[in-house]
Amino acid sequence: MPPSTAHGRPDPETSTLDLSRDGRPVSDRGDTVCVIGAGASGLTAIKNLVEHGFGVDCYERETGVGGAWNWRHDRSPVYASTHLVSSRPLTQFPDFPMPDSWPDYPHHHQLLSYLERYTDHFDLRRHIWFGTEVVRVEPVDGDRWDVTTRSTGGYGPERTLRYAAVVVANGHNWSPKLPRYDGLEEFRGEVMHASSYKDPAQLRGKRVLVVGAGNTGCDIAVEAAQQASCCWHSTRRGYWYAPKYLLGRPVDQVNDLLLSLRLPLRLRQWLYHRMLRLTVGDPTRLGLPRPDHRIYEAHPIANSQLVHHVSHGQIAPVPDVARFHGGGVTLTDGREIEPELVVFATGYLPRFEFLDPGLLGDGDGSGRPRLWLHAFPPNQPTLAVAGLLQPDSGVFTLTHWQTVVFARLLQARLARPDRAAAFTARATAGAGERYAGKVTDSSRHWFEVRHVPYLRAVQRALDELGAR
Amino acid sequence: MSVSNERVRVLRGREWARPVRPVRREVRGVTPELDEGRPPLLFVPGFGHGAWAFAEHWLEHAASRGFSAYAMSLRGHGGSDPAPEATLRAYTHDVVQVAASLPRQAVLVGHGAGALVVTHALARYPARAAVLVAPVLGGWSTAGVALRRNPAGTLPALFGGPLRLHRRQLFSRELPEAEARRHVARLGRAGRRAQWQLLSGRPAEPAVGRPPVLVVGSPDDRVVPPAALERAAGRYGSAPLLFPGMGHDLMLDARWREPIDAICDWLVKEPQRV
Ligand SMILES: Cc1cc2nc3c(=O)[nH]c(=O)nc-3n(C[C@H](O)[C@H](O)[C@H](O)COP(=O)(O)OP(=O)(O)OC[C@H]3O[C@@H](n4cnc5c(N)ncnc54)[C@H](O)[C@@H]3O)c2cc1C
Ligand SMILES: NC(=O)c1ccc[n+]([C@@H]2O[C@H](COP(=O)([O-])OP(=O)(O)OC[C@H]3O[C@@H](n4cnc5c(N)ncnc54)[C@H](OP(=O)(O)O)[C@@H]3O)[C@@H](O)[C@H]2O)c1
Repeated sequence: MPPSTAHGRPDPETSTLDLSRDGRPVSDRGDTVCVIGAGASGLTAIKNLVEHGFGVDCYERETGVGGAWNWRHDRSPVYASTHLVSSRPLTQFPDFPMPDSWPDYPHHHQLLSYLERYTDHFDLRRHIWFGTEVVRVEPVDGDRWDVTTRSTGGYGPERTLRYAAVVVANGHNWSPKLPRYDGLEEFRGEVMHASSYKDPAQLRGKRVLVVGAGNTGCDIAVEAAQQASCCWHSTRRGYWYAPKYLLGRPVDQVNDLLLSLRLPLRLRQWLYHRMLRLTVGDPTRLGLPRPDHRIYEAHPIANSQLVHHVSHGQIAPVPDVARFHGGGVTLTDGREIEPELVVFATGYLPRFEFLDPGLLGDGDGSGRPRLWLHAFPPNQPTLAVAGLLQPDSGVFTLTHWQTVVFARLLQARLARPDRAAAFTARATAGAGERYAGKVTDSSRHWFEVRHVPYLRAVQRALDELGAR
Repeated sequence: MSVSNERVRVLRGREWARPVRPVRREVRGVTPELDEGRPPLLFVPGFGHGAWAFAEHWLEHAASRGFSAYAMSLRGHGGSDPAPEATLRAYTHDVVQVAASLPRQAVLVGHGAGALVVTHALARYPARAAVLVAPVLGGWSTAGVALRRNPAGTLPALFGGPLRLHRRQLFSRELPEAEARRHVARLGRAGRRAQWQLLSGRPAEPAVGRPPVLVVGSPDDRVVPPAALERAAGRYGSAPLLFPGMGHDLMLDARWREPIDAICDWLVKEPQRV
């Protein structure tokens, strides 16, 4: 391989030339696997496929690695103050730890440097074509795939290459989910989605309304408490605001300690409720709504400061927004407030414009793929999605194992076709399988997973594929 | 015992819930004048030894052969922070931490009980390759041999005391006596719990990415008998590379140059994954 640079790289070497369905030339990349995206999930896909002996071409629309954690990217959702919500041991890749001199909850610039070091350590850049966007992925005979790319932004001609397999790792935290409200067009204040929130200066001195209490909404409300002249935090239900530390340890580590004791869920919930009651106290005393679910039944929030600022009167908890009008907002309890800036921290929606949703088991176009292990589509032995889940732990560990399973599956297709066929039959039968237990009925919970049952299922899948 | 058929363990609750406490670690490095794109080598000393044991000859020599060479001290050894309660897991953590901090995918070279630590580290870090030098891979037979060869130095170790190695166990008679004494005087001791785990511990999980593994030793090693070398190499489907006439500490003995040259030669031949 020639030395790699971000731009001006030689094209992938191709062998035979074929024609696509609409008659354009297709370069055949043989046994090479295509990876879409060079965020954490794409990077670990490259590393694990190469480790299992496969050639890999990765396409990345940005000019650097790191995906969401690269704040230079125009679609990066991170803001200046973003720190991890999952602690270091539960976040890092299982075979490439973050430095143990780092804090329990590293800052986003450390996450980027971690992903860059991972890239260089395993010499992954030579597999990545930067500034290149995948615009179409189409199945062809023999479980192979035609992947069409072009320069990001639509410059230059399209090219189509044929691959033995495809890993979709395009991330799901970049396309804003914006709720609709009556009267929003008349509202004279400023409105933004959290994805455009970068710096607390955007809040300074303003009357701010933050909508949504995912981790993003909570972080922004805390910043508004310190920067804005006034902060309302609107939620459509009550939540458990877990502090980042319990009993002097990162909260997810305490949780995993309870898990490793194999206590039943009900007992863990009771213990957790007790611990929160004894440390954080009763949230309703401060005017926060009572949670409408037990702990572990919603995507976890880890934020020690939100309750602190509520208790200092710097955040006013308010119910859901009923409607907007020219001068302000009517809340569902009838109250009127007059924010100058509204930040919608209402989450993100996954998008796969380059792929027929039916291939991901999403026949009715709901935007929610129906996969097994949240990764393997029905009847598609050479297609996988990496990173399409919301765990109660870090994401990287899970995507690492997803891509290891896929690499083993591709190996089994060559060495043990019977096992590979059994795997795909399993994936087809198990499409849509859940690993979250009971969760609140919210649009964001369809891909929520608890890491222990999830990884247990992954372990079984690996065992069934057998040793290499 | 076969390593390759064991299953990878995906659920690591203890490692997540009770991460190893960080310490300051000593790492010494020598880089070659010209970077030829060779993988860096990380030398992991055995119990009682520190980075110094490799800094004596092997680091410089590996660099002269075009390899960036690093030697570390496990916690409680050499210039690393003291750690009387260290466990095998903590030592493994130390090795993986240093390996992951290197600029490129590294070759792990473990000596003595450091080789045991390396076999565990291989399950948590996809090394480019591994070399086990005079490996002490644990189990009760290790204690049996040590007891026979050096009862007075070994017995206390079985009861939590320090393990005292004699210079005749570590070096051949070719090494000048003064030099041998100087090295022995620098020996420290491993943590009590780690020493115990060396005897009773469970075997390593399978290595990530199935790196090629080379076993190097001496038939005249008075700590690791030839049969143990054969067994160790057999686990990785190969035969040991032997250097007759040398003691256990191949990196310090009079003819230290031969084994390190052989290791470099093996690495240059681009060993394939097994
Ligand atoms: C504010 C915030 C905080 C978070 N905190 C945590 C945390 O504490 N712990 C944790 O584990 N996770 C956290 N996450 C989740 C985070 O999304 C994951 O950690 C991780 O970034 C997911 O990586 P990914 O590779 O799946 O997706 P991304 O990081 O989004 O990467 C996808 C990549 O694909 C590229 N791409 C997309 N479409 C195309 C295309 N058509 N062609 C070519 N390239 C394409 C993109 O440019 C991008 O580089 C957080 C997320 C947010 C928003
Ligand atoms: N510091 C960090 O590390 C950090 C920071 C931010 C985000 N993250 C991660 O990034 C991912 C995305 O987080 P996110 O907070 O941006 O999104 P999210 O988890 O999807 O949360 C969205 C929030 O908005 C609410 N909401 C959604 N639609 C609504 C509507 N129509 N009306 C009113 N409220 C609505 C949701 O309420 P319901 O509960 O009813 O669904 C929820 O409270 C998560 O995995 C999160 O853990 C991490």
